[in-house]
Amino acid sequence: MTPILEIKNLTHTYSVGTPFQRSAVEDVSFAVEEGEFLGLIGHTGSGKSTLIQHLNGLLKPTSGQILLNGKDIWAEPKKIRDVRFQVGLVFQYPEYQLFEETVYKDIAYGPTNKGLTGDALDRCVREAARLVGVRDDQLNKSPFELSGGQKRRVALAGVLAMEPKVLVLDEPTAGLDPAGRENLMANIQNYHRNKGTTIILVSHSMDEIAQNVDRIVVLKSAHVLMSGTPRKVFAWAEELISAGLDVPRITQVAMALRRRGLDIDPAVYTADALEKQLLALREEGDRPC
Amino acid sequence: MLKDITLGQYFPGDTPAHRLDPRTKILLVLLYIIALFCAKSLVSYGLLALTLALCVRISKVGLKSLVRGLKPVLFIIVFTGVLNLFFTPGDVYLLAWGPFRISDTGLRNAVYMVLRIMLLIMGTFLMTYTTSPISLTDGLERLLNGLKRFRFPVHELTMIMSIALRFIPTLIEETDKIMSAQKARGADFESGNLIEKAKAMIPILVPLFISAFRRADELATAMECRCYHGGEGRTKLHILQYQRRDYIALALGTLILGSVIFLHFRGL
Repeated sequence: MTPILEIKNLTHTYSVGTPFQRSAVEDVSFAVEEGEFLGLIGHTGSGKSTLIQHLNGLLKPTSGQILLNGKDIWAEPKKIRDVRFQVGLVFQYPEYQLFEETVYKDIAYGPTNKGLTGDALDRCVREAARLVGVRDDQLNKSPFELSGGQKRRVALAGVLAMEPKVLVLDEPTAGLDPAGRENLMANIQNYHRNKGTTIILVSHSMDEIAQNVDRIVVLKSAHVLMSGTPRKVFAWAEELISAGLDVPRITQVAMALRRRGLDIDPAVYTADALEKQLLALREEGDRPC
Repeated sequence: MLKDITLGQYFPGDTPAHRLDPRTKILLVLLYIIALFCAKSLVSYGLLALTLALCVRISKVGLKSLVRGLKPVLFIIVFTGVLNLFFTPGDVYLLAWGPFRISDTGLRNAVYMVLRIMLLIMGTFLMTYTTSPISLTDGLERLLNGLKRFRFPVHELTMIMSIALRFIPTLIEETDKIMSAQKARGADFESGNLIEKAKAMIPILVPLFISAFRRADELATAMECRCYHGGEGRTKLHILQYQRRDYIALALGTLILGSVIFLHFRGL
């Protein structure tokens, strides 16, 4: 089966031919399978933002290709807009892009650009609003009357309403309070489960990544450092830390316990798994816990 | 498109041109502009072009970036050139084609006008390229200090200027971001007629204005938190002081202006 999205030897160089020339992404290749929930992590300046802007054709690769369903998205440059409806990109702090008079109209902006009208448009807008938890009575309010968290939801709905096949989220929970974070991630996880949409999540929060994704790609200074299941990636805790990244808090606890001589699997990253291991150790009775 | 705007851009460096006092540079540009308007012969223009070339050489600013600065005003340059070329009456006509006639005075005027605008803009840009916006407004404030006696709000004006200059790159970056975000939602800025294109700008302008107001508000609060209360009794961290090189530069500038004026009265 062809992966839904494939990044092939992607290189992007800024300011070619000037003293400021530098590569933000260099020879990056990986594939995203249909229906997958992929996490993308990397230190600030590792090239994440540049990379994701290639996925929907906002940036053109200096060299390399982006294949959507096996087809190069730049094969027909005139049709790049169609790619943007298929690969929905939600930027960091998306609430700053709201502009319409009402929440409803703002969510409808994307699908209208796509060419939807009438009932189909109405259905898309209401569905997207429901998915992110925007209430019906809020649809006719001005988006600027809402709270920060609500604005974020409206902006997210604006992209979901285009019904993209792949959804790319750049730090969707940045700047929200813990309850808002959890709530929004639950919405996204629900959306992923119900719709089966492929999701690429960029995040700084390792806990968020560990709890949600199927697979992780780690970027370090313009290159892919490693990729694999969370279990595999977090087993390389030392490498992650030396790349300037965090590991989930549970992994930190596990590492600390290991240093004190407990025989714990270093790849543990959820509270449940750690609890199981600790209980198993107590059963063995070789050491009181 | 947006990256072409070089207004207020500063190329850091450590050349004599960078080290000059900002006041000196402002005064030199002023002298240069006066000289340009006094020049009326090829000799004077040659002298002034040579001066600029020398300054560019000293400042180590690439000629390329200086020429790039001319891009936004290309239309004005061409427009002035064409207008002067075809519509100046003269004694001898070099070329006549219907209503379009090129006279010798017209040709001369066109060449001089284009040269004048180009040198003027390049000269001013050389100053902004070699002077950071902060020291530029600092210098301007000191130069206009005397006007305070007439209750002219010098400090407030220069503060507004430095804030405006400071926010040009920020707002450009912001515009880029908003444009990308709206493009990701399928916005189309290229196709359609003029009205459709203008309408397509609304999704950019509304968020941009909102964020500009928000930034202004935040900046005002931040300044108030640090007890900013205007120029009254405010002291400087770096006090500008004329050095020997400033006197030399000013003397040279005056000398060049003097020779241009001298040539002017000799009819050259």
